[in-house]
Amino acid sequence: MLQIKNLHAKVEDKEILKGINLEVKAGEVHAIMGPNGSGKSTLSSVLAGREAYEVTEGEVLFNGKDLLDLAPEERANEGVFLAFQYPVEIPGVSNINFLKTAINEKRDYNKQEPVSAKEFLSLVKEKSALVELDAKLANRSVNEGFSGGEKKRNEIFQMAMLEPKLSILDETDSGLDIDALKIVANGVNKLKSPENATIVITHYQRLLDYIVPDFVHVLYNGRIVKSGTKELALELEEKGYDWIKNELKV
Amino acid sequence: MIAELTKKDLIIEQLNALTFHAENEHFKTLRQAARTALADLEFPTSKTEYWKYTRLGKVTNKTYTAQSAATVDPTPFLIPGLDAHILVLVNGRFKAELSSFSSQPGVTVLALQEAKTASRTAFTKHFNQYTVQQGEIFMELNNAYHTDGIYLEVEKGIVAEKPYHVLNITTGNQNIVQPRNLIVSAPDSQIKLIESFVTIEAQESFTNSIAEFYVAENASVEYNKIQSFGPDNYQIATEQVYQESNSRFTVNTATFNGTLMRNNLNVEVNGTYCETNLGGLYLGKGKDHIDNHTVIDHKQPHCNSNEVYKGVLDDESTGVFNGKVFVRQDAQITNAFQQNNNILLSDNATVNSKPELEIYADDVKCSHGSTTGQIDDEAIFYLQSRGISKRNAINLMINAFAKDALEKITIEALEEYINTKIEARFTK
Repeated sequence: MLQIKNLHAKVEDKEILKGINLEVKAGEVHAIMGPNGSGKSTLSSVLAGREAYEVTEGEVLFNGKDLLDLAPEERANEGVFLAFQYPVEIPGVSNINFLKTAINEKRDYNKQEPVSAKEFLSLVKEKSALVELDAKLANRSVNEGFSGGEKKRNEIFQMAMLEPKLSILDETDSGLDIDALKIVANGVNKLKSPENATIVITHYQRLLDYIVPDFVHVLYNGRIVKSGTKELALELEEKGYDWIKNELKV
Repeated sequence: MIAELTKKDLIIEQLNALTFHAENEHFKTLRQAARTALADLEFPTSKTEYWKYTRLGKVTNKTYTAQSAATVDPTPFLIPGLDAHILVLVNGRFKAELSSFSSQPGVTVLALQEAKTASRTAFTKHFNQYTVQQGEIFMELNNAYHTDGIYLEVEKGIVAEKPYHVLNITTGNQNIVQPRNLIVSAPDSQIKLIESFVTIEAQESFTNSIAEFYVAENASVEYNKIQSFGPDNYQIATEQVYQESNSRFTVNTATFNGTLMRNNLNVEVNGTYCETNLGGLYLGKGKDHIDNHTVIDHKQPHCNSNEVYKGVLDDESTGVFNGKVFVRQDAQITNAFQQNNNILLSDNATVNSKPELEIYADDVKCSHGSTTGQIDDEAIFYLQSRGISKRNAINLMINAFAKDALEKITIEALEEYINTKIEARFTK
């Protein structure tokens, strides 16, 4: 599904990604872990198409298409979803109106008819229940006045509504208490299928107790320096990132 | 010795071609008083504080003629789905054959010139009352040379069933158009109006309009103004409002473009327990210049006023907002809120925003604020990352920004019409 080959990227002339290689297949869950400043968020931003990041080398294929050649909205409509670390508040734009616009643009992109009002409402009802998101929040302005937990649940709610092929969860666990974490993880797990894939980007192992990865990669200084199975995350938690740093020095 | 003619003299010379023989002495005297006042007034320069940010050169340097009404098709300017009385003015003259309205007991609808002939008591009492001796040249020009307009009177306790849509159409080149309305709402009455200003194949035409409003005790008036001129036309629009106790006055001004648009909105709140709502939205593009000057004068206690003006300025356009709120010494327990927010869509767009409060009472709650910014790029990216195109993302954001400026509109079809116009504007 996703192939990242020798990806280099910089922001404001500072090289952050220094040759990332990663392959994600349908049905898989990959965790990318790494200390602060290792390039985790840069990777998610580059994949989603944030403007400030410049790719200097390498390529990213998504179902055979050159992802880097597409505008952010085209990437989304191809099936890439980024759950933001810091979801943006948009006063005045209602969550519902926003989602309806998004779903219809996606349908239009795929040459499908717009969603009917009835179909849309039943989708909202079904999917908001998945992340235990209060129906009232769906009618409010996007993320405005939402608590940290509500914002993250709203991300997963949007993910559920848009049914992406590849979901990238950028530090979705940050700022969540254990109950909210369980709800969010539960939502993600329910959305998992043999056809879609998930990349979980996180600093801590904690989230991976609930969203169990097939593969764990350690990102350090702009490169993936170690890959393994879920046991790697546990080892990392136990020994800390210094372990990786020391190992690299040897 | 022959004195050189000023720009004002040249314009007046043209206007003197207009004749008003049919008017009675009372109305002739009013016109004459205005002509006398004009002798001592000159067009303002940017040194005049009231006109500091709006240079009038392109308006006052022209030679205008006051052209007669042409036959035009008003249908493209009607509001879809709106059940309203339609009153059409072409070049400042009422056109009965283009209008469609029915009568309702207790509501008087007359062309202004008819109202003068009919000499209705309320008309004669209030006409020209709120524009007299204000020392403002454009007001006096209209006082002296207005052609026609609409008179609406709602009698005591009457609720006007349908809104009245006054549609002003300007045609022709370098045409000077001076329409004038008077709205008198008696105690306990209610009325809703829409006034739109449009052009058909007009070039460098100048509309200098006035509307006067008298809002009696416990009466309620909603006035919605839409300015949607073709390029290279100018308007100076003045509204003079007088509120008695327990009355409500709401005005919403939507300006969609204008080479030079200036709105002077003055509300005198001379009663207790009044409510005044001023909403404004202005969208500038190209070299548009849109100026809103508002004054709310609180003279009595226990009144509330709310003012929200929002601007979206693109290209090299300029927005001007000057909102003045007076709270006089007697106006205790006044709540006055005012805000002006602007979005600049281009590096070359400009906003001059000047909120002003003058408070002489001590037990009041007043606030004012002004912001000017750009569309939040992070929000645009967020919307894009959900599959929404950049254009639609900007559109969603602008609509969200603009929405609450005109939230006091209670006519649903009008609200939809304005939203459609906003959307069309930003869907490139």
